[in-house]
Amino acid sequence: MAPYDAMIYGKLAGYAIYLAIGIGFGMALEMSGFGDSRRLAAQFYLTDMRVLKVMFTAIIVAMLLIFVFWSFGWLNFDNVWVNHTIIWPQIVGGLLLGVGFIIGGFCPGTSLVAASTLKIDGIFFVLGVLFGVYLLGETLSIPAMNMFYNAGDYGRLTLPTLFGLGAGPVVVLVIFMALFMFYGAGICEKYFGEKIPWKDISLNPLKHIHPAFAGVLILLALVILVKGEPSLQDRWNMLPAAERQKIENRDVYIHPAELLAVMNNFQLKARILDLRGQSDFNTFNILSSVNEPAETINRHDLIDSLRKEAPNTVIVLVSNDEKAATETYRLLKVNGVQNLYMLEGGINNWIGVFGADKTVAVKKDAVVPGSDSMAYTFTRAYGSTLPLSNPIGDHGEQPDIKYVKKVKLQLKVAKSGGCG
Amino acid sequence: MKTESSAKPYINPYIGGIFLGIVLFAAYYLTGNGLGASGALSRLQIFILDLFASSHVDRVAYFAEKGGGPLIAIDNSSVLMLAGTFLGGMISGLINRRFRLETRRGPQITDRQRWIFAFIGGAIMGYAARLARGCTSGQALSGGAVLSAGSWAFMLCVFAGGYMLAWFVRRLWQ
Repeated sequence: MAPYDAMIYGKLAGYAIYLAIGIGFGMALEMSGFGDSRRLAAQFYLTDMRVLKVMFTAIIVAMLLIFVFWSFGWLNFDNVWVNHTIIWPQIVGGLLLGVGFIIGGFCPGTSLVAASTLKIDGIFFVLGVLFGVYLLGETLSIPAMNMFYNAGDYGRLTLPTLFGLGAGPVVVLVIFMALFMFYGAGICEKYFGEKIPWKDISLNPLKHIHPAFAGVLILLALVILVKGEPSLQDRWNMLPAAERQKIENRDVYIHPAELLAVMNNFQLKARILDLRGQSDFNTFNILSSVNEPAETINRHDLIDSLRKEAPNTVIVLVSNDEKAATETYRLLKVNGVQNLYMLEGGINNWIGVFGADKTVAVKKDAVVPGSDSMAYTFTRAYGSTLPLSNPIGDHGEQPDIKYVKKVKLQLKVAKSGGCG
Repeated sequence: MKTESSAKPYINPYIGGIFLGIVLFAAYYLTGNGLGASGALSRLQIFILDLFASSHVDRVAYFAEKGGGPLIAIDNSSVLMLAGTFLGGMISGLINRRFRLETRRGPQITDRQRWIFAFIGGAIMGYAARLARGCTSGQALSGGAVLSAGSWAFMLCVFAGGYMLAWFVRRLWQ
């Protein structure tokens, strides 16, 4: 399943693939005229809009291919690296980069291409970049600078998530924005570049953009819009089989006694998400669990905080039985949450295993299996005040219950972008 | 200039963009990552520093992460992409007869001035690119294609920064 990790074919083959991609990249830049600083700078005087045309064409072509492939399940977008949004350094870095662009006439990639074709200004620019990256490394040792470097970290945040739209509508909007910019770029070049009087410039969009090009772009965007994103089930099926079998093999359903042990292990951090409704949660919940009803769990801030948990954190999903927990498990898993487990049999099993005092809770006569509702009637709302919420002895001893240990902490694989 | 007349013209920007877009897609498809340049340049810088001041590399966290101790900063896939970019540019330059020792500059400045400004601009950009976790390729191009919110904010800021300053430094280019 794409995306592939080129390095799985061995270091040599992997490096060869990166080298080949780089060659394509360098050729594309050089052919497009990006080895010439004057043409790049001309972008900012509106006389030659080549930079904008090439860049936006490349962005939308790659975007369309990625999302078409995702719609049809040929590429798992959940496994594609998306640059993290760390908004303050990105805003300031972006502005500074623009300044460096107009003064130096290149960006790092294009300066390489210029240097490789013996443009002396390109060589000086590359040396400047090397000096600049050195300065950043040195200044990051200043605490205030280091704080700024990480200010406004929203993790993996895409425009569809930010706007609360699907990928389809955002892709369509981006395409129309790009076409509008191409149209504007065409007019700018005629007016500022070729100095043609305004009245002689054709305002017909098709004079500035090739109709076939625009047509294909719009068509592909509409395919993505109509086909839509893969459903949760489809995204789940794109995961490696070993990952999916963990549910069938029940490797990720932990016994209540194991959860209790994890909760009281000071070397671990248990983050227990109680997925039930508020009234069930208020009636009885496990100590230190947090109420996150399953219906509202699909929020960027929550999922991002789960992804950023330290490697010694065990995240445990809890519902009355296992239904809501299993569904939520899939949602979080496709979104890349690690060290994720569910409470075996849910709250009902917890109460069953540790035993409720008849004066506080009585087992209901009949509960429809799989209905994910509470199997006990509590005499009042206890929250987490009962000993049952953390049933350990006075000196922290665990109850003597045999169970199969299932929690295996995974060190997170630090994935980073090509440029990052 | 004679060099200009013998060099082949650049291709249609939309064709160039489509080619670049397909390369970018191939990068995502085959590696899960986009394109980039500044990250590898940072590694190259750390490698060079490591040759002269190895203990300093070990002490500065940002350098040590990539080149500290036994780590070889340039033993990384991104550096291969960097080498490829250099090679690819050279190949295309040779084919299209643009492989020539020269300085491209505006008509009002000397070569030497152009070199100084190229170095200063490069330094600003190198600093900014690592601050923003990527340059025009790694952030704007790659992040733009996968609809990263931060990359789009970054891209708008790049254009804003360039256009804001362009008028003041027009003597460099016009």
